[in-house]
Amino acid sequence: MTQELPAPIANADSEEYWAAARDDRLLIRKCRSCGKTHFLPRHLCPACWSTDLEWIESSGHGTVHGFTIIRRASLPEFATRVPYVVALIDLKEGPRMMANILGEDALQTKIGDAVEVRFEARAEGTKIPQFVRKV
Amino acid sequence: MIETLRNRVAIVGVGESDIGKVPHMTGLGLNAQAAKRALDETGLKVSDIDGLLTAYSFTEPYFMLGTVLCEYLGLQPRFNASVIVGGASPAVMLKHAAEAIATGQCATVLVCAGENRATGQTRDQAVAALAAVGHPYFERPYGASIPGCYAMIARSHMDQFGTTPEQLAAVAVTTRQHAVLHPNAHMRKPVTLADVQSSKPIADPLRMLDCCIISDAGGAFIVTSAERAKDLRSKPAYLAGIGEFHTHEHILCAPSLTEFGAKQSGMTAYRMAGLGPSDIDVAELYDCFTIVPILELEELGFCPRGEGGRFYEEGHASIGGKLPVNTHGGMLSHAHAGAAGGLFGIVEAVRQLRGGLGPRQVQGAEVALVHNEGGILSSHCTAILTSQLR
Repeated sequence: MTQELPAPIANADSEEYWAAARDDRLLIRKCRSCGKTHFLPRHLCPACWSTDLEWIESSGHGTVHGFTIIRRASLPEFATRVPYVVALIDLKEGPRMMANILGEDALQTKIGDAVEVRFEARAEGTKIPQFVRKV
Repeated sequence: MIETLRNRVAIVGVGESDIGKVPHMTGLGLNAQAAKRALDETGLKVSDIDGLLTAYSFTEPYFMLGTVLCEYLGLQPRFNASVIVGGASPAVMLKHAAEAIATGQCATVLVCAGENRATGQTRDQAVAALAAVGHPYFERPYGASIPGCYAMIARSHMDQFGTTPEQLAAVAVTTRQHAVLHPNAHMRKPVTLADVQSSKPIADPLRMLDCCIISDAGGAFIVTSAERAKDLRSKPAYLAGIGEFHTHEHILCAPSLTEFGAKQSGMTAYRMAGLGPSDIDVAELYDCFTIVPILELEELGFCPRGEGGRFYEEGHASIGGKLPVNTHGGMLSHAHAGAAGGLFGIVEAVRQLRGGLGPRQVQGAEVALVHNEGGILSSHCTAILTSQLR
């Protein structure tokens, strides 16, 4: 019996992020006061504590900062997906996020690989940003 | 005003519960057994304990665990808290205990932690509970496991410094050699490099024997003033320096995958103690995965950055080597049960400073360093203990 992969859970901090993902758009937070971008959406800028924040759209391009190939899934939902790649992606705009590397060549992933965003459907019409290697 | 915690307090009692699979005991029971063994060493009475610190429990997740444990032990202390900074909790609790005693809030603090993690839950529950430590919204949808996060760190270390799978395996083998010498260690069957490298792959490059074990275990230690320690039955280990540092919780927010907060916590501890890496005779480092003590050796100044793997491979971390590390067998072999894992590093440091451990004894051990970390190398605490006031 296969279980569905987990759908993202939106909260007040991340509602717009996940809404945009449904439209195949990757949003990140930018501080209008200090100009810095960050990934985990939150109430204030973690660099300067300004609350004057905006959402900007990421180009969806980035590089692999680090990765592993999971051989034993810790969550039962992922048991059918092993082996799969979990990676940290440095987006061109600055911030770092986690995603899977998808695609037939995913297991060839190396640190420094250029990747670009794709959107993977999950339950209840949700989508989550994922990445593929650029060839 | 308290200007320093140096030489203010001592650990006067240490205890371990029965370790391994102990299905006839609860997590609280394991804590109580360890606490009783620690107290019995000292000659103190139960009524002398006027402070209690504990951490957290996945298997018995009481809301107010510290207070629950006081109730279970029949204590009515003037100082009590549940400290939750993951694996860093035991050393941080030592620091809080020292602060409380140095400021006169209480005289004697019992610190304990432990869970029945091997038999109090199924293996899948254990792994799933730990997966919940990942960010619920931005990591969990990607199936990132705790071993997976540490595997990314290991992979980056290999990529940047040329660390090899053989060097990771050398950590597991060395640590197991030490556990063989410890009568209460959970895993006492020797393993070879080949055993480690043929064990089940978990998350590349980590294999089953690169990962800590899952035990039923409780650990405890008793802290009192350096002054009072002189009159007790047991030989004290004095706190010379201690420091903590916290940089992130989730790996996606880690400032780096090769440099962590152990460097800063270590520097604070060294400065307070007036000691440096070359003064340390024995080190009890956190070792939830084989990559972790490699990184900590580098961060704490025992070898240049990138050479922690070689340090193990060349035998410097073995008993009889330049700096014996995890002489009890660490979390890779002695025990891992929540916050008790790192607590046993403190227990072992005290025992090494007391001496008389037979083949496990580091000859002439006068200064011991303990490092605890929690999360994904997120929260750090380093403590330096000495056999004499210096």
